[in-house]
Amino acid sequence: MKSLTQSPWLLPVLVLAAGAAIAIGAPALLSQHTYVSRLATSLALLVTLSIAWNLVGGFTGYPSFATAAFFGLGAYATAVAQQAGWPVMAGFALAAICGALLAAPFGFAILRLRGHYFAIASLMLVTILKELTTGWASLTGGGMGINLPGAGGDPIAIARIALQTMVMLAAVALALSIVVAKGRLGFGLACIRMNETAALGAGIDAPRLKTIAFTLSAAICGLAGAAYARWIGYIDPSDVYDVMWSVRPIIATLIGGVGTIFGPVVGAIVYMVFEELMWRNLLTFGTGALGVLIALLVLVMPGGIIPTLLKRKAS
Amino acid sequence: MSASLLAQVLANGLLLGGLYAAVAAGFSLVWGVLNVVNMLHGSAIVLGSYAAFFGWQKFGVNPFLSALVVGPAIGALGWAVQRYLVERVIAAPVLITLVLTFALDLILNNAMIAAFSADYRKIGSVSGLPPLTIGPVGVPVDRLLAALAGIAATLAIHLYLTRSRLGRAIVAVRMDRETAMLMGVKVEAIYAATFGIGLALAGIAGCLMAAVFPISPLNSPGYLGVAFVACVLGGLGSVVGAIVGGLVLGVVESFGAIFVGPEYSVTVASVLLIIMLLWRPQGLLGRAGYE
Repeated sequence: MKSLTQSPWLLPVLVLAAGAAIAIGAPALLSQHTYVSRLATSLALLVTLSIAWNLVGGFTGYPSFATAAFFGLGAYATAVAQQAGWPVMAGFALAAICGALLAAPFGFAILRLRGHYFAIASLMLVTILKELTTGWASLTGGGMGINLPGAGGDPIAIARIALQTMVMLAAVALALSIVVAKGRLGFGLACIRMNETAALGAGIDAPRLKTIAFTLSAAICGLAGAAYARWIGYIDPSDVYDVMWSVRPIIATLIGGVGTIFGPVVGAIVYMVFEELMWRNLLTFGTGALGVLIALLVLVMPGGIIPTLLKRKAS
Repeated sequence: MSASLLAQVLANGLLLGGLYAAVAAGFSLVWGVLNVVNMLHGSAIVLGSYAAFFGWQKFGVNPFLSALVVGPAIGALGWAVQRYLVERVIAAPVLITLVLTFALDLILNNAMIAAFSADYRKIGSVSGLPPLTIGPVGVPVDRLLAALAGIAATLAIHLYLTRSRLGRAIVAVRMDRETAMLMGVKVEAIYAATFGIGLALAGIAGCLMAAVFPISPLNSPGYLGVAFVACVLGGLGSVVGAIVGGLVLGVVESFGAIFVGPEYSVTVASVLLIIMLLWRPQGLLGRAGYE
């Protein structure tokens, strides 16, 4: 049995099983509570995006702001495919493929940049895609956005499917993240994060590994965008290409612990609770209050919850 | 494209570029000296615009004159922000300072929306003069004054940096922080002064913008984008580079609007920026080494 508990596959398999159990069980428990069900779906979405960001921003140490670009691209890929009559699963596959196909060459190019330069170049991708999507009105509906086919169905059924999809997606992302972190790729990425020049000297193919991490992350973000579009039923450029889709995963991961496996999950839960409380109680100053919270977080606990707890335990 | 249209488009670009220089200069200075990308810059510009707007509406003060008061006032705010907030995380990774200034931007921007609403406001014609015609080219007087004032403010800061004691200490810290410390320069004080000067320039840029363009908190991300692009084009930390970058960006946007369409102006600027980053990240006038 010992070899089984030490198997690198045990944890990811457990995560997937737990995800499946929640995905099957949650709608039955939450179907009477539409508000909680909605919150759970949003949470699973934020967990997914945070894990995806952590693959690049955490494991590799490159401060990417491109999450919103792949999220929006995935949402539009699915919406356009479904309008053309594609089945839902094909639309989802297209979203992941589009994200990966854009991320591989773009990532390879801009991952040569470091620090602020990389952050800005990745942010620019969001702006460019947003303008192109608005401009290409014949395909995307421009600023008017797209109503997804089938959006007018039973709202309870749509909410249930959305919750199940999002939870499964979060579980898959987490399992993937564990496999990456414990495997050779994760080791290479950790070397790059600590000292890229030394990693190159040690024979690690840094450009390739960085691009793989960026592409994996983009594919997950694309899937998350597809699931979001199907859930909400209507997308427009200023919604799905909102920079907050890039920023919220970063904040959530900062809260939990950048570069740790479970940091994005813990952080996303804490972040959702705060955001929900603020939106409900401080409607006109909700965003400002969020700013206050983020500033306090960065000033008081820049390491995040999990690393801070681990340090306390060690000392 | 006829020669006269070409001249007009070029003139429009240069007029815009003079303003962009002022938008970018303070941002570039803070980035170059502190290695902090100040996400608060765009909202600080909008705050300057509001100050100019209310000065004009309530007291009839010309926005070019209010810049002389608004600049130092917002500069003082910047000094305090650096001294009491950003300084605490200055040694942390890039992501932390980015997120902190982003959070400060959320606070300021949301406060302005709550206080002034997101409606667009506009100062009427400041000079009241009809456009100048220089050959085939029409030049609105307010725009010309704003562009010249933008370049003048930027040059003034450049002179200050190269001639004054504090300015030379700032340049010394930018070039080599450790050696400057050994020479007795108090780096913390220099950082606070630099952030203050950076935001003072943002306040001045805001007043100049208010003389020409409509004012709304929704403008902040656009101003921040302009600052990014002009700053990287011109060269990080170089104040004169901000003028070059601002003018280049203004002209490129102006021609982009004619050839590609005005709805793609941000895409044109972004693609230009990414090409520039990959080809020559130190900018047209900058030196390599900043990250």
